[in-house]
Amino acid sequence: MDFDYTEEQQLLEDSVSKFLEKNYTFEQRRQIVASRVGYSPTAWEGLANLGLLGLPIPQDRDGFGGGGVETMIVMEAFGRHLVVEPYLGTVVMAASCIATAGTDEQKQYLLPPIMEGRMRFACAFTEGGGRYDLDHVETTARMDDGQWVINGAKSVVMHGAVADLLIVSARTSGAVTDRNGISLFFVHPAEEGVSGREYPTYDGNRAAEIGFENVRVSGDSLIGAADRGLPLLELIVDRAIAALCAEAVGCMKVLNDTTLEYLKTRQQFGVPIGRFQVLQHRMVDMVMQYEQAKSMALLAAVKVDDADPVERRKAVSAAKELIGRAGRHISQQAIQLHGGMGMTDELNVGHYVKRLTAIDTLFGDADHHLDRFAQAESAQPLNVAAFERPRSKWRKI
Amino acid sequence: MDLNYTDEELAFRDEVRAFVRDKLPPQISRKVIEHKRLTKDDYVTWQKALHARGWIAPGWPKEFGGTGWNPVQRHIFEEECAAAGAPRVIAFGVDMVGPVIIAFGHPWQKERYLPRILSSDDWWCQGYSEPGSGSDLASLKTRAERKGDHYIVNGQKTWTTLAQYADMMFCLVRTSTEGKKQDGISFLLIDMKTPGITVRPIITLDGEHEVNEVWLENVQVPVENLVGEEGRGWTYAKFLLSHERTGIAGVSRSKRELAFVKHIASEQSQGGRPLIENVRFRDKISRVEIDLMALEITVLRVLAADRQGRPPGPEASILKIKGTEIQQALTELMMEAVGPWALPFLPDSWGDHWLGERVGPEYAAPLAAQYLNFRKVSIYGGSNEIQRNIVSQMILGL
Ligand SMILES: Cc1cc2nc3c(=O)[nH]c(=O)nc-3n(C[C@H](O)[C@H](O)[C@H](O)COP(=O)(O)OP(=O)(O)OC[C@H]3O[C@@H](n4cnc5c(N)ncnc54)[C@H](O)[C@@H]3O)c2cc1C
Repeated sequence: MDFDYTEEQQLLEDSVSKFLEKNYTFEQRRQIVASRVGYSPTAWEGLANLGLLGLPIPQDRDGFGGGGVETMIVMEAFGRHLVVEPYLGTVVMAASCIATAGTDEQKQYLLPPIMEGRMRFACAFTEGGGRYDLDHVETTARMDDGQWVINGAKSVVMHGAVADLLIVSARTSGAVTDRNGISLFFVHPAEEGVSGREYPTYDGNRAAEIGFENVRVSGDSLIGAADRGLPLLELIVDRAIAALCAEAVGCMKVLNDTTLEYLKTRQQFGVPIGRFQVLQHRMVDMVMQYEQAKSMALLAAVKVDDADPVERRKAVSAAKELIGRAGRHISQQAIQLHGGMGMTDELNVGHYVKRLTAIDTLFGDADHHLDRFAQAESAQPLNVAAFERPRSKWRKI
Repeated sequence: MDLNYTDEELAFRDEVRAFVRDKLPPQISRKVIEHKRLTKDDYVTWQKALHARGWIAPGWPKEFGGTGWNPVQRHIFEEECAAAGAPRVIAFGVDMVGPVIIAFGHPWQKERYLPRILSSDDWWCQGYSEPGSGSDLASLKTRAERKGDHYIVNGQKTWTTLAQYADMMFCLVRTSTEGKKQDGISFLLIDMKTPGITVRPIITLDGEHEVNEVWLENVQVPVENLVGEEGRGWTYAKFLLSHERTGIAGVSRSKRELAFVKHIASEQSQGGRPLIENVRFRDKISRVEIDLMALEITVLRVLAADRQGRPPGPEASILKIKGTEIQQALTELMMEAVGPWALPFLPDSWGDHWLGERVGPEYAAPLAAQYLNFRKVSIYGGSNEIQRNIVSQMILGL
C-alpha cells in the first residue's frame, strides 16, 4: 500500500495548480461566469496545452494515459478554483467513453480534436421524469434506412449549449425503465430537429434543456453495442462521480481554510472568535468531515478503475454519499461561522457552498447513493455482463 | 390539562379564517406559498388590510391600537394567516420599534410615529449591527454627538434589512465612551431622508438584494428623536429582543412549508412512484414534522406561562433555536425533493412580470435560492450560538 503520488502525478498536481493560480483566480472566475459563453476559451486552450484534455486517453493515442487518480488530482484543483469549464463532460466522460468503447474510427476522428481543445462534449443522460435514474430513458432511437432516428428530451444537461457534440442515451428497445435496451449515440447539436435552451445553474455553471425531434444520425453514431449501453453509461457516470467527489474535496479544503482563517482574525467580545470553544469544536468537526471525504474521494478514484463493477459501484456510491453529507455539513457551518459575511455574494464562501450543494445533486444525491450502495451487492448485472468484464477485454466489444 | 381549543377559541378561529379568505389577495398568497419574490407593495397591501380591520398590532396594548387578544388568540391568528399564505408582517415597525416607543417614548413620539406604524405609512429598518459589532453588539461605534438641539451621527450600520424601502430607522448609537460600553448607548429614531445617509446594497449568495450598508455622515438628528434617556439604549434594545415571543419560532409558517414539502414530494417521482412513498424520504419529512409538533406545544407552554404573569425570559432562545433549525430543515427537504430541478437558476422567474419559459416544475425554481437564503435565520436576531450562550448562562447558570 502506498498513498504517495508518483513523480509524474506530483508533476501533474504542480502544473495544474500553477496554471489555475495564474489563470483562474476568484476574480477571473467571476468574469468567466458572467461572460457570454460562461466558460473561458483561453483557459480551455491552456488546459489543452498542458495535455489535460487528453487525461484519460491512452498514450498510444497520444493522450496522457491517466486513470482515476490522475483525474482526482486535476479535479481537486478544479474544486479549489471553482472551475466552470466543460471538463467533466468533455474529458472525464466523453473522452474516456470514446477511449473505452469507441470504434477505431470514432477514436481516430474524435480524440485528437478533444485533446487539441477544438471539440467540446456534453453528456445528455438525464430526463425530466427520471430523477437520478440512468435507466429511466424515454428518449427513443430507431433504425430507419441505415440511420438512427432519435426522439425525446433531455434535461439539465450540463454545458449542453457549448458542446460541439452530444452523447445521448436513448432507448432502442424495451420499456422506459428497463435496464436492457439502452444505447448511446453521438448527436450533433446542429442536426436538424435538435432544439436547445441554455440557462445558468445556481453554482455559476450553465446547463440546457435539449429536445430531439426526428433527429437522423448516421448508423455509425452508435457508441458500443446497441441495446446494451447501460453498463457503459454507468461506468462513465461512475467516473464522473469519482471526479466530482475529488472536486468537492477541493471545495471543502478552501472552505475549511477560509473559515479557520476567519476564526483567527474576526474579533468579537475583544477576542478572536476562534477562542470560543463551541466554535473550536465546530471547526474540528469540519476538519474531520474533510478528512473522511478526502479518504473516500481517494478510494473512489482508485476503485473506479476496478475491473469488478460491484467493487466499483460500491466505492463510488459510498464516496458520493459520504461527500454529499460532509459537503452539506461543511457548507452550512462555513456560512454559520462567518456570520453575516458568510451570506454575501462578495465573499468566496457562498460560491464554494453553491458548488458543493450542486455537486450533491449531480448524478444522484446522498440518499440516492445510499440506496445504490446498499443494493450494490445484490444488484444483478443482468444480461449485460459483456460490458462488465475486466478492462483488458474491453477491446473485444 | 386540555390541549384543545375552547368553543370561543374555535369561533375566533373561524372569524379570522373568514377575514383572511376575504381580504388576502390571491396573487399575493400564491407568491408567498410558492416562495416567489414579494414587492414592497405586496407587504404594504396586506398590512393595510390588517390595519383596516384593527388587527395589525396584536401585541400592542389596546389603547395604542392593539387587539387585546390573549396569547392563544394570537397563536390562532398567526396560524390562520400563515396557513393561507399571508405575507409576514414586517417586524421592524410593529413588533420592534413600536413596543419600544410605547414603553419608553415621549408622548409626541407616540403621537407622531405609532399611527404611521399601524397604517404602514412608514417603513422602518433596524440599525443595530455594524461591521465590527455583530454578536458583540454592545461594542458598536457609530457616534452621536450632541450639538445644540441636534445629534450629529457618524458611522456605519450594516446588514440593514430592506433599508432600501425604509422611511425611518431605529438606531443604536454611542453617546458616550466612558464607563461600561453598554451604558454609552442610546436609541435614536432617524429619518432616512436626512442628508448624509447613504444606503448601499449588499447582494447575498442567492443573488438577492435584501440587506444593505447604511452609511451615516454628519447626519443631523433632532434631539427630540432620542427615545427615553441618553445612555439607556441598551436596556431598550434588550427589552425589544425579549418582547416578541410568539412569532419567534415561526411554527405556523413552518406548518405551511411542511405541507408544501409533502406536496412537492407527491408530485415528484422516484423509481416510477411518488417520492413521498420512498421510505427514506418520507421518514425525513416525518422526523421534521414530529419536531414541529413538539415545538408547537413548547411554544404554547411558554405562552401559557406568560399568561400566568411570568415575565418573558430566556425561553425565547429555545424557541428561536428550534424554530430556525426546523425552518432550515424544511428548505433543505424542498430542495432535495426536486432533485436535478433545483439546479436551474432563473431568478427573474420568481419575480413579477416573468414571461419567459420555465425549466422544470414551477415550484422548483426558487428552492435552491431559498435554501441558501435561509442559512440567515440561524445567524440574525442573535445567532444560534449566542442563543445557546443565553440559555446556558441565564437558565442553567453555567
Ligand atoms: C440576512 C440578514 C439580515 C440581517 N438584518 C439585520 C437588520 O435588519 N438589522 C441589524 O441590525 N442587523 C441585521 N443582521 C445582522 C445580524 O444580527 C448579525 O449578522 C448577527 O448578529 C451576527 O453578527 P455577525 O454577522 O457580525 O457575526 P459574528 O458576530 O462575527 O459571528 C461570527 C460567528 O461567531 C459566533 N460567535 C460570536 N460570538 C460568539 C460567542 N460568544 N460564543 C460562541 N459563538 C460566537 C457567531 O455565532 C457566528 O457563528 C442581519 C443579518 C443577516 C444575515
